[in-house]
Amino acid sequence: MSNDLWIILIGSLASAACALVGCFLVLRKQAMMGDAISHSVLPGIVIAFLITQSRAPIPMLIGAGTLGILTAFATNALERHGRLQPDASIGVTFTWLFAVGVILISAFAGHVDLDAECVLYGEIASSPWDVWLIGDTDMGPRAVWILGAITIANLIFVTLGYKQLKLTSFDPEMAAALGINVTLWHYLLMGFVSFTTVGAFESVGAILVVAMLIVPPNTAYLLTDRLSRMLIYSVIIGILSAIGGYWLAWLIDGSIAGAIATVSGALFLFAALFSPTHGVIAGYIARRHALITPD
Amino acid sequence: MNTAGAILASAPAALPPWLDFFTFRDTNIRLIFAGCVLLGLTSGVIGCFALLRKRALLGDALAHSALPGVCVAFILTGTKNPVVILAGATISCWIGAITIDLISRYTRVKSESALGMVLSVFFGLGILLLTYIQKSGNAAQAGLDKFLFGQASSMLDRDVWTLAIAGLLMLAAVALAYKEFKLVSFDPGFAFSIGLSTRVIETALATLTVLAVAIGLQAVGVVLMAAMLVTPAASARYWTDNLGKMIILSGAFGAIAGAIGTYISYLGPRMPTGPWMVVAATVVFTVSLLFAPRRGMLAHMLQLRRIRRKTTEENIIRTLYVLGERHNDMTKTSSIATLLEFRSMNTMTAERTLDRLIARGLVQEPAEGMFALTPEGVARGARLTRLHRLWEVYLTRKLELAPDHVHDDAEEIEHIITPELEARLVASLNDPGEDPHAQRIPPALEPGRAI
Repeated sequence: MSNDLWIILIGSLASAACALVGCFLVLRKQAMMGDAISHSVLPGIVIAFLITQSRAPIPMLIGAGTLGILTAFATNALERHGRLQPDASIGVTFTWLFAVGVILISAFAGHVDLDAECVLYGEIASSPWDVWLIGDTDMGPRAVWILGAITIANLIFVTLGYKQLKLTSFDPEMAAALGINVTLWHYLLMGFVSFTTVGAFESVGAILVVAMLIVPPNTAYLLTDRLSRMLIYSVIIGILSAIGGYWLAWLIDGSIAGAIATVSGALFLFAALFSPTHGVIAGYIARRHALITPD
Repeated sequence: MNTAGAILASAPAALPPWLDFFTFRDTNIRLIFAGCVLLGLTSGVIGCFALLRKRALLGDALAHSALPGVCVAFILTGTKNPVVILAGATISCWIGAITIDLISRYTRVKSESALGMVLSVFFGLGILLLTYIQKSGNAAQAGLDKFLFGQASSMLDRDVWTLAIAGLLMLAAVALAYKEFKLVSFDPGFAFSIGLSTRVIETALATLTVLAVAIGLQAVGVVLMAAMLVTPAASARYWTDNLGKMIILSGAFGAIAGAIGTYISYLGPRMPTGPWMVVAATVVFTVSLLFAPRRGMLAHMLQLRRIRRKTTEENIIRTLYVLGERHNDMTKTSSIATLLEFRSMNTMTAERTLDRLIARGLVQEPAEGMFALTPEGVARGARLTRLHRLWEVYLTRKLELAPDHVHDDAEEIEHIITPELEARLVASLNDPGEDPHAQRIPPALEPGRAI
């Protein structure tokens, strides 16, 4: 398979994995938790790296997962016990953890094969060369395996937990009344967001993960009112962004991850203007129509 | 990453570095120190308004959305002149702020989603432009990527001057429009009703946030600028309820964070200034969160403990009083076991509480393990019982609750009722002599005396 196709496949898998969990972040009005977690997993990744001296995926997932849950937990604790407003709780927690991550990278610059820029950009362009070898067999790029596994895990999580996630997102009181553990599902979702973030991290960087997590789901949110369709649409939109982004990056010779985010933004803008149900233009026409036609 | 330490390490030093810093004889140190302190001060002050308007994460989104502006400004002019970069960043932040507003107003997308989308898409566009510039082979671009994490050590004279002038103008704006900003932050509805244009003031506040972000880019970078707008303000909030004091404290906390960040990056040869500023600000935050008087967690815990203790004490006094009442003998002694039949608490708590009450002369222990109230204690018990029974009468008569439903509520309220409320109850109930269970309500011993 050519490198172009590998990169597009990696971008698509990252987008799909992010979109699946991102839909629930968006519906729960916790889009900024995605931002917070994608920043605060950094120290977890660096520490895992320092301990194992390798990019082995399991320690990294454990490090990032721990930090992700810790962020969700700390934010919640600041809100409840510190009586701090929610937005400030998020802001204080993740900026601090991210700063610690950057400091760790600077302090161990000689020992860490990570640099601060790669944290922001990701290295999707070089990922096809980072192959997984079993013995002498070339199994293909490592990122494909990692992101493929995460996408499947997210798919299983969303399918098996569909009812619980749906209820806890739309109507937490009702969910609690039906005996669903709302807190448990909150932390489960945060855990999966963290795993997804760290999986996508190497390829697209910390901040562009946020774009993958929330832009396609919000675009899908403008196109449908059904959760099942929103999930499917957002995965498709994510994949389209990856393909379009690769093309744009090739066109102007720039960062692929940046281009994917840019294209996903353009797709959102398109949906916001032209969505037949929730678009600005459709809304304008409907209002005009309502004004002209007397009831 | 190159840092202040690496550049400054070559300075001639007779003193050890940790001390030499404070002589400020190195112009570079003076410059960077002044820049970071000013930046911390300004963002601390501006951040207060964002925090109070519950838009603490706006700074985060705006900081990220400055990046494409920085790149476009460079593409158009080919220079890294601070004024040009500042203008580019400001315009770009502005477009970001307007986009957030438009998305949340004209589509059904929620505001925090709009924030996150603008943040990540603008940043993605910025990264795309940045890589495009880097590959275009323009030699002047070197160092443009320092806007990501900031590099205080690369600040030049002109950068610090730009920062100082912009910062002072912003502080002056806050001082001039203080009253208007305050009104809009706390009560936009009222501000509107007295004829203030909330739209203009909100725009002015957003502009100040944008400017604070723009001037912070070089020292702290787009990624961590959000912290300088949130963390000092959130820390200051724990110390005071007064906006003026909060602004001063927040500015001071920001300035301290700037100073500590500069100091650490001077000492540690590889230590970046911006992230250390954020860590320093977070340390200040943690201290505030834990130890601030009244709003801090420790103060809150102590207060809770005080209330619990007082409640336990009063419960024991009242139990002894009611036991005495039953035997028509206030000197009648009871054992702890008897007390525990009436009150669910563990023996240890009961013993400790009784010791405290004895020490304060409210309870006596005439025989080993047998307790009774002192005359002072009887007075206290009478008042508590009086409040308890008055409240029961109130609930049955005025709220028409069944007599067997009022005890638990009275159990809680008896610790809280003030003499003023007592007087109102007595007046509205025509000074009842008995409670709903036909028990005598003890008379007020000395009218008006709060026991």
